[in-house]
Amino acid sequence: MANILVFIDTPAARPGKAQRELLTLAQRLGDPVVVLGAPAADDTVAAAGQLGAAAVYAPAGPLDGTLIAGQALLVAEAARACDAAAVLLPNTIDGKEIAARVGIKLSSGVITDAIDVSADLAVTKQVLAGGYTVTARATQGIPVITVKPNSIEPAEASPATPSSTTLDVSDHGPAATVADTAAKPASGRPALQDARIVVSGGRGLDGDFTPVEELADALGAAVGASRAATDAGWIEHAYQVGQTGKTISPQLYICAGISGAIQHKAGMQTSQVIVAVNSDEDAPIFEIADFGIVGDARTVLPQAAAEIKRRQG
Amino acid sequence: MSAASGGPLKVLVLVKHVPDAQFERHLTGADHGIDRSESILSELDEYAIEAALQLVEARGGVKAGHTVTALTMGPERAAAAVKKALQMGATDGVHITDPALAGSDAAATSLVLATAITHLGGFDVVVTGMASTDGETSLVPAQLAERLGLAQLTMVSSLALGDDGVLTGRRDSDTTSTTLTAAAPAIVSVTDQGEEPRYPNFKGIMGAKKKKTVALSVADLGLDPSQVGAAGSWTRVEDAAPRPPRTAGTVITDEGDAGVQLVDFLAGKKLL
Repeated sequence: MANILVFIDTPAARPGKAQRELLTLAQRLGDPVVVLGAPAADDTVAAAGQLGAAAVYAPAGPLDGTLIAGQALLVAEAARACDAAAVLLPNTIDGKEIAARVGIKLSSGVITDAIDVSADLAVTKQVLAGGYTVTARATQGIPVITVKPNSIEPAEASPATPSSTTLDVSDHGPAATVADTAAKPASGRPALQDARIVVSGGRGLDGDFTPVEELADALGAAVGASRAATDAGWIEHAYQVGQTGKTISPQLYICAGISGAIQHKAGMQTSQVIVAVNSDEDAPIFEIADFGIVGDARTVLPQAAAEIKRRQG
Repeated sequence: MSAASGGPLKVLVLVKHVPDAQFERHLTGADHGIDRSESILSELDEYAIEAALQLVEARGGVKAGHTVTALTMGPERAAAAVKKALQMGATDGVHITDPALAGSDAAATSLVLATAITHLGGFDVVVTGMASTDGETSLVPAQLAERLGLAQLTMVSSLALGDDGVLTGRRDSDTTSTTLTAAAPAIVSVTDQGEEPRYPNFKGIMGAKKKKTVALSVADLGLDPSQVGAAGSWTRVEDAAPRPPRTAGTVITDEGDAGVQLVDFLAGKKLL
């Protein structure tokens, strides 16, 4: 079987769901090989083995002091070293930029935002903000693919004891220097992009996101927002769902006080189930909602949160 | 080029003419290309133009001899994207247009743009938006950095150029905020969290009519038609299907128990 190279950007002893999804996909397509984004450690190499990787590549030194260039050389070198038939990366900003450069280095087609990859390496993705589903294929080189989270059901793998190879990528060429990194305060909620359930708020909340946060916490959900809410400064831009924010496809999307402009729909209309609460019965959001409530989100959401807590005892 | 010496600064901003996302957008034809009939300057590129203009304005502006060149690649009507940039304050334009360019993917686009940047004598700073609002892949800035062997200072929401010729920008992720530095020349992409783009004023609109836009063909850049467009692309869309339209479900009016009914609905869907 062919080697399928998976880039694990932040190696961990217990790989996250998105990383396990990539390995599961690689297993389906061929023999998984892992390239770690940080120097190998016993536990991270073992973790890759637990996920079925027969070989692990890793850089000699840390790569987080510069932007992208080192990781791009690393992934390209690993792909050459294992004669990869395809490269899978996470669909993050960094993942897409690394894929972009790997594509040039390997003279290979790059496809972003994949939701599935077939046995013959055809990629399924959605374009035009979920308006179309397309099948795309790399026509030159090996496909370099970034895969969206929540696309693949992670499966058990037959564990392997991987070989470990160190690659020297210090000669990666010009790169921006990371002068300073500050961690943002953690919310304790799931990340918007990965969440199974998202509760979003908009203009109708009139500045107070407490009802959205309460319902999100009762459901174990992530919090999102419309552009109107982030532009008004009610909540940080990182929470924006829509054309210029995040495009998400959770199992359940609850939007409160959001009218449903095309701009917003672009970011959420591929959600499996959509619930809308809006005081305007003519709001376009009701045209795509599976369950709509004409009412004030500021009373409906707290009541729902209290009811969930009551049922959970 | 003279980012560090205090001489005239050469800034290039890449702009794209894209279908207006305020309307329904469609894929058409055998190659599943995008219908470009209702197109505008990509909203995200306005932030790039603003950032480019502010770079030169911080050094005395156009009067001090600095230039902001707006470049687009696309069919004849894509010139509208350059025109808007000129109205906002860019000093001159470049329009790469050629029938052979149709169907270019990121790899082919970045080849043409990188070749054009070299053809035009290079720039101190090349600024782009964070993504096109049609392709949405965000691949081109990183591919330009790779092809030109330049540092990339991408996805930044603030941008400054020091007297020492060093660019500084802030790149935010969901969990971290990072400060990046790179000596010019460099490839920069800016997010929509930067300074709000200016509107062209009357003077800008009138002044743009006198500004020069150079047209370049694939041959002018020394490229062969087989290297660009669909022929030169490394990916192909084989099939496209419109998403089935969503249909409205149940809509109720809150009569005091809608929150409970919402929970009933979720329980029925096994979503609790």
